[in-house]
Formats: sequence, C-alpha cells, structure tokens
Amino acid sequence: MKDAPTAELVHRCRTGDNQAWAELVERTSRYVYAIAVQVYRLSSHDAEDVFQEVYTRAYEHLGTLRDDSAITAWLGQLTRRLCVDRLRASARESPAGDDLEPAGADETLGKLDEALAVHEALRAAPGHCHEVLDRFFARDESYATIGAALDLPPGTIASRISRCLSRLREFLEGKKTTARAVK
Amino acid sequence: MSGYDEIGLAELLAALPPAPQGWVQAAQELPLARLGLDDLVRRAEEDADFRGRLVADLEAALQAEGIEPEPALTRALRRRLAAE
Repeated sequence: MKDAPTAELVHRCRTGDNQAWAELVERTSRYVYAIAVQVYRLSSHDAEDVFQEVYTRAYEHLGTLRDDSAITAWLGQLTRRLCVDRLRASARESPAGDDLEPAGADETLGKLDEALAVHEALRAAPGHCHEVLDRFFARDESYATIGAALDLPPGTIASRISRCLSRLREFLEGKKTTARAVK
Repeated sequence: MSGYDEIGLAELLAALPPAPQGWVQAAQELPLARLGLDDLVRRAEEDADFRGRLVADLEAALQAEGIEPEPALTRALRRRLAAE
C-alpha cells in the first residue's frame, strides 16, 4: 500500500478500502497541517478543527473528484478555503480588517508545494534514507534518538544523512533532466 | 528552487513536519466513525425523541448510548442533522 501511487489510493478509497484511506491521510496530512499552521497561522485548536473538517469533506466528496491524481492539490485548495472561513469567523468576533490572506501566503504555499515534491521523492528513496532524513530534518530528532530507533551507532548517523541527502539531490536532478528531455 | 543544493533540500524536508499523531489517527478512523454515523442518523430519522436528545446535547446523548463522541463523528453528525 505504501508504494501505491496516490491516484490509485483514491480509486481504492472509493471502493471502501479503509487501508487505502489511512495511507492517503498519512501521505497528505503534513501538507494540510502545514497550510493551516504555517500559511494561515491558526491556533492549534482551530488548526485541528480545520484538519478534521478537510478530511471529513474529502471523504464525503471523494466521488466527485474528476482527476484522482489531483487529490493533493484539491486537499490544498480545500484547506485554504476552510482556513479562510475560520479566520472570517474569528474576524466577525473581533473585526480587524478585510484581508484574511496573511502576508506572504502565496510565497509560503509555493515553498510548501516544493517541500511536498521533495517529500514525495523521498518516499521513493531507499527505506533507510527515507527514515533517517525524515527523522533528522522533519521530526527534528537527535543523532542519539535516531541511532536508538534504527539500531545504528550514533556516530554513523551524520555520514548517513550526508550520503542520503546527496542521493536525494541526484535523484531530483535526474528527474528534472528527464522532464526537460521529455519536453 | 532553481537547483537542488543540499542546504535547500534540508530546509524543504524540515518544512513539512508530521501533523500531531492524534489528528492523523482521527482522520484515518473516519470510515469507521461513518459506520456508526449512518446508524445514528437513521435512528434520529425514525425516533423523534432520540433526535431531540441529540440536538439538545450531542456529546451527552452519544455518551448515554455508550458511544465515544469523537470530534470527527460529532462534527459529521451535526452537519447531517442540520441538513435534514
């Protein structure tokens, strides 16, 4: 299931496959979370409400999605809309202005889209690279914690991170070269 | 990003930390919550007294039925009851 393309997960969800739904949530949850807290800077309470609402609506309306491969972009749009709704509701309680899009929202969203592409590439990387890079950079774990979790001497973690980062860069550069050649 | 330097890659990896585990789990359990949801909506349609208890205090009514009022469930149930 972890290797299945996202579009296939969407298709399986429509057939009632709960495991596919769980994987779809796992795969997209960071993006939805980041939009709520990094772009719209919602409080934890509001961000949690928006997060759950996004997946509730996504689950209910999965059948209306025309292009299964567009699921992540669709979730992103839905998250933005619900965040703005939430800010609008707060603004009614304490009016502070009409513009509910935070300054720099487009720039931050662009960065998150890039980050998502890198994370998707990382998902395709060898398992040990995925694990060590995700733990170090995204989960902010120490060498000692990573070493204990992966049963590796902490002294080898730094060199593994460096090697894996190089491999990820090469992989992404290779993808860009291929995309240019296809064009 | 024009090229993939390793510092930039590290920043992009750090830009998407995991969502809190409890949030992710609640969203993953939505299909299961929905199973209970459909039954509750059907009962509310058939039993005006039950529906009245749900509308008056949803969380308490669910707990009285031995159902954990998970946020995903209560949110969806409120929407379904309001739509009727």
